[in-house]
Amino acid sequence: MDQFFLYSAVLLTIIIAIPLIRVLKGPTLFDRLLATSAIATKTIVLITLIGYVYGSIDMFIDITLAYAILGFIGTLMIAKYITVTNSPEAPEE
Amino acid sequence: MIEVQHTLSIVFVALGILFIFAGSIGILRLPDFYSRTHSISKSDTLGVIFVILGLVIYEGLTQSSLKLVFIALFIALSNPIGSHALSRAALKKGIKPLLGDDLDKSGGKK
Repeated sequence: MDQFFLYSAVLLTIIIAIPLIRVLKGPTLFDRLLATSAIATKTIVLITLIGYVYGSIDMFIDITLAYAILGFIGTLMIAKYITVTNSPEAPEE
Repeated sequence: MIEVQHTLSIVFVALGILFIFAGSIGILRLPDFYSRTHSISKSDTLGVIFVILGLVIYEGLTQSSLKLVFIALFIALSNPIGSHALSRAALKKGIKPLLGDDLDKSGGKK
């Protein structure tokens, strides 16, 4: 069973690399932000699986909770900041 | 009994990783920002909830499984809210959604 969690964690690490391509080449700022929040969501699952691989889920689960809240607050605040300030972010096509 | 538990856990985790993979392909392949938001906010949330449900089944009734359920509830609330806030900011900044007239036959951008 530990082997299965290890393989799942490796597969998830490979999957996390896919939104990274969108972060690097995304046409607008919002594409990059969206892909970043997607990576944060997948990292939550990855940390939980790593906790089962190491056999100490009691410790890793608290890290996961803190990381989930941090990612959510970060995405929300950046979206709010972009809406409030009138920075010249032209919608590139 | 323990075999049933492990099998159910493996099925749920594998299904969740499949959904997460579909969402990741969607963020790479879909043509504009709003459709990418759709891919991330729906299939990713479902995938994360499936994986955490599988881990809860593997764990059984402990304190950690209660925290895992809390994480699943938090993801189910926070992921759509974050995507909604981002797409609202994008609409206020004047990014136009792709409509049906802008697409060619295969669904790509003209």
